[in-house]
Amino acid sequence: MEGWDPSTKSTLTQIPLLTTKAGPRDGAPWTQRLKEEYKALIAYTQMNKSNDNDWFRISAANPEGTRWTGKCWYVHNLLKYEFDLQFDIPITYPATAPELELPQLDGKTQKMYRGGKICLTVHFKPLWAKNCPRFGIAHALCLGLAPWLAAEIPILVDSGMIKHKDDATSSIES
Amino acid sequence: MEVELKETIDELESLKQSLTDPSYRYPIDKLKLRVERLAKFGNSGPLRRSKVKDMSAEVVDSNPYSRLMALQRMGIVQNYERIREYSVAIVGIGGVGSVAAEMLTRCGIGRLLLYDYDKVELANMNRLFFRPEQVGMTKTDAAVQTLSDINPDVVLESYTLNITTVQGFETFMSSLKNKSFSPNKQGSGVDIVLSCVDNYEARMAVNQACNELNQTWMESGVSEDAVSGHIQLLIPGETACFACAPPLVVASGVDERTLKREGVCAASLPTTMGVVAGLLVQNTLKYLLEFGQVSPYLGYNSLKDYFPTMEMKPNPQCSNAACLQRQKEYLLAKPARDAAAKAKMEAEASSSAEGPLHLDNEWDISVVDDDEPEGIDIKSSAALPEGLTRELPSADEFHTTPEAPDSAIDDIEDLRRQLDALNSS
Ligand SMILES: [Zn+2]
Repeated sequence: MEGWDPSTKSTLTQIPLLTTKAGPRDGAPWTQRLKEEYKALIAYTQMNKSNDNDWFRISAANPEGTRWTGKCWYVHNLLKYEFDLQFDIPITYPATAPELELPQLDGKTQKMYRGGKICLTVHFKPLWAKNCPRFGIAHALCLGLAPWLAAEIPILVDSGMIKHKDDATSSIES
Repeated sequence: MEVELKETIDELESLKQSLTDPSYRYPIDKLKLRVERLAKFGNSGPLRRSKVKDMSAEVVDSNPYSRLMALQRMGIVQNYERIREYSVAIVGIGGVGSVAAEMLTRCGIGRLLLYDYDKVELANMNRLFFRPEQVGMTKTDAAVQTLSDINPDVVLESYTLNITTVQGFETFMSSLKNKSFSPNKQGSGVDIVLSCVDNYEARMAVNQACNELNQTWMESGVSEDAVSGHIQLLIPGETACFACAPPLVVASGVDERTLKREGVCAASLPTTMGVVAGLLVQNTLKYLLEFGQVSPYLGYNSLKDYFPTMEMKPNPQCSNAACLQRQKEYLLAKPARDAAAKAKMEAEASSSAEGPLHLDNEWDISVVDDDEPEGIDIKSSAALPEGLTRELPSADEFHTTPEAPDSAIDDIEDLRRQLDALNSS
């Protein structure tokens, strides 16, 4: 795992791995995969909470579990910046990772494809490909979104591209 | 004048927004409508040619097809007019796909199916085809607007959707299967699918659809550093599919470690994209009109002007189930293929005995056989031609431990509730 910071690495190793190789068009195996996705997400969320590093909410937006919506946030200079998070499970999943979208940041940064899809590092796709089908949504958030927020939000805030929602009062909810 | 009218409309709109008294809005709206009508009137000015019933070879300046039909007179193409029977699906109407669509439109292709979910942006103006006044339109709508002006003979179908989503994929599949344009055609409703997308996810989706439909397709791509590209022919069961091995990239020769990626996702050049579109459509024309040699893979390294070529056999351990099914069918059809090749060889032998060989047969040495292609072994990347590398690693071998009888909950609704509970705490 060249090119990853130690904390991402150690977090990653604690997220349960998945075993079923199935995508949203695969019927019963997809239901099995979905169970594994939930277990990994539950474990990851619990871990974040116990480490006082809670940073996202995600849940299936349809019964088939092919579209997911939620929020993610990042604290910079003691202010919390929160964004909508959404993605579809591609039909070729898990051979290809979900493309994570932050629609509110669309057009605000170069590190983004159209539609607010975040631009992942050169390290993400090779690692995902190597670990198919063991990585799931939780791993994509840990390896894709967390490092992206850490790299981009400070730049976006410092350059004035994004403003805190109540600029003056600066209340931090937890 | 067009620009001025558009500016007037914008100014009227901002005037309307700035008004505090709503009673003025109605006359402003009326004025805006009148300017819009004027703008439309101005647009309808240029002459639009009417449809052509038959392609004529007559060389007059009013014939849009004379130079194309000349290919037939020169013996390059046997029957150019057949192009009107063909349907081509283009997935991704960006820097490569839009140019490919224009080329095929100018060639008089029968029908084009266009797929994209994106809108035209000013950031696209470093590429060919789209114009600044189309900013904000969907790429499919803007393409139909331009292409139908260039050649009204082409039947255009546009689909504004993302083929990687479950719903988009279903529509994609059913549009490829629709045979209303040529009811007697074998197989699907299109003759070839051209993938002009810019990401791995969408390529894998095209691969999935084409494997399932047994549909021949061509892949194209330009590297993120904009200085190399490739095209690849994929025939399910016969050649490697896109999932048979990790995707190939033409090494630009620039050291990856010195490539500065901070602050940008991808670069693009109209030149590289135009070259790749040209290579793609040339290969498509050769495939459809049966002339020259159709390239199984052609790379383009623009820094060194190097064009690596190669062939790839399918991987018997491919992870794609539809690919394996097509491989099985291809093997089963081998006796029939051999018989057809033999008959073709005999027919050609007897026809060449009858009269002088036609000029264009001189290089037609494909009679040798069309046996299993001399492709390279997919598994060993050592066998790759110089200048080509794998973009991604293969999936690690791993063994599924039969899942321990999960004593914990294994009901999906329970799991969903558990995550919801965590989410709301
Ligand atoms: Zn395959």
